[in-house]
Amino acid sequence: MKTGGRAICLPADIDTDVVIAGRYLRTKDKSIWAAHVFEDLDPTLANRLRGAVIVAGKNFGCGSSREQAAVAIREAGVVAVVAPSFARIFFRNAINVGLPLIEADIACDEGSQITFNLAQGMVEVSGKRHAVKTLSPRMQEILGAGGLVEYWRKRR
Amino acid sequence: MSTLSERILNAPAGEYVDRKVDRAFACDGTGMLALEAWKNMGAGHLADDTEFSIFFDHIAPANNSTAATLQHELRGFAKSSFMNFSDVGGGICHQLMGEGNVLPGEIVIGADSHSVTLGAFGAFATGVGATDMAAIWLTGETWLRVPETIGIRLEGRFAGAAEAKDLALAYVGELGTDGATYQALEFIGDAVKDLSIDERMVLSNLSVEAGAKAGMFYADDVTVRYLRERGHTAKPQIPESCMYSREPEFDLSDIIPLIAVPHRVDTVKPVDELAGLPLDQVFIGTCTNGRYSDMARLARIVKGKKVAVRTIVVPASASVLLQATRTGVLADIIEAGCTVGTPGCGPCLGAHMGVLGEEEVCLSTANRNFKNRMGVGGEIYLSSVATAAASALTGEITTPEVA
Ligand code: SF4
Repeated sequence: MKTGGRAICLPADIDTDVVIAGRYLRTKDKSIWAAHVFEDLDPTLANRLRGAVIVAGKNFGCGSSREQAAVAIREAGVVAVVAPSFARIFFRNAINVGLPLIEADIACDEGSQITFNLAQGMVEVSGKRHAVKTLSPRMQEILGAGGLVEYWRKRR
Repeated sequence: MSTLSERILNAPAGEYVDRKVDRAFACDGTGMLALEAWKNMGAGHLADDTEFSIFFDHIAPANNSTAATLQHELRGFAKSSFMNFSDVGGGICHQLMGEGNVLPGEIVIGADSHSVTLGAFGAFATGVGATDMAAIWLTGETWLRVPETIGIRLEGRFAGAAEAKDLALAYVGELGTDGATYQALEFIGDAVKDLSIDERMVLSNLSVEAGAKAGMFYADDVTVRYLRERGHTAKPQIPESCMYSREPEFDLSDIIPLIAVPHRVDTVKPVDELAGLPLDQVFIGTCTNGRYSDMARLARIVKGKKVAVRTIVVPASASVLLQATRTGVLADIIEAGCTVGTPGCGPCLGAHMGVLGEEEVCLSTANRNFKNRMGVGGEIYLSSVATAAASALTGEITTPEVA
């Protein structure tokens, strides 16, 4: 699993309709979700996400339970999302599809290098370390397995 | 001394627990994804002892052959695995679960964010995503973090034209869209006993718009009576004194008709301030305000008059539609020039009908007004049924008259 990338800054209260609009939900094709991720916020963003770490404001992922939002972000190549808080369903969904989330309130500097260590609960921005909330052991296990599907597949 | 969440989940706030799920449901959209995850997990049999349901409501009837094909597969799965299945036209999952299928004290998980609606019955009800649902199909269990709780204290009685939806917008406005993230709401205070089940469902429904994990009422005589009429025996839940993280108070007599303006549910203004804003569409329905009492209120206001703008009315369930048909409420609505859609989510999520064109303005009784939700470039204002009905008659945002 990748543990860092360059920062892309997003505002607070990004809702799941903004992550992936309802008009793209009538398919199971993940590449379509990835291609249209954040389209209503900035249509050029989807092409700039590969290898990036999103650093957003509070309440990231509020709104609907659509898991396509987390999948779209992952499929677009985002390494992790950092935000002071996440909407709780989005939080579960992201872990379940293997997209790491980091709960931390850090100033975002577009393009700066961010690295993180989830087990240690640490994120490093341009060489400066910040402590972050660690995930529960269960969430770490699910994330470690690559998501909830893999987690259960291995247990059966 | 415990909050209702702590009591039902049987652990103190902050603890992570694994719990058996009493009822779990998905809709057409999340169900398809859950089925995909289920197959990828290599799963075979559904867990015993959990009641599973699938409801076709979000894009029902299907808008194109892609959706129809996906729905066909999910329908086959629901039937062959002996889940409860509600097909096109049955209605919205939350409404159908609320029509006597959720009991106080249960743990109810829905693959849809507005599953919190069912907290109106004293259940711990919350939403998850599709892969979580697949895991619940497999194990009958899920992990939960026991939430802290905000007590929403309600006093007094509604006055003027204000209704439960206005109160819901008022509390979301006060808490903000993330004011209750990771927490549960409990609605308490003297006013609760006077609130009908329909009104409670409205208040619970909007709780997720403040980020809440659950929006709960203690089961009382009103709940017990409602469930008895639907063939269930239930006992009231007696509140204990407990620790709330906050306890904002609302006097219902202070509540006035409100509107949430684009594109946030917590940017709430008095209807008066927006009066005169021209509308292109009025939409009355959804898991917030598509119940029979809403249809009846709409009919009372528009009866014998004509709407001045296209007005789409979508009953939340087949039984709502049937009751409205039997009582004549539906005829009043249609005679007034409204059009009526198949019970379900209708235009709420902009996926299959009632989609807005660019720069079109819609006044809706739904719970979300996010950017482009009902169509790219469309603007959504959220209000009560009374405000929507009064505005439909004039074609512009209009303060409802006192009932
Ligand atoms: S009516 Fe709207 S808010 Fe309710 S479940 Fe359907 S799409 Fe979601």
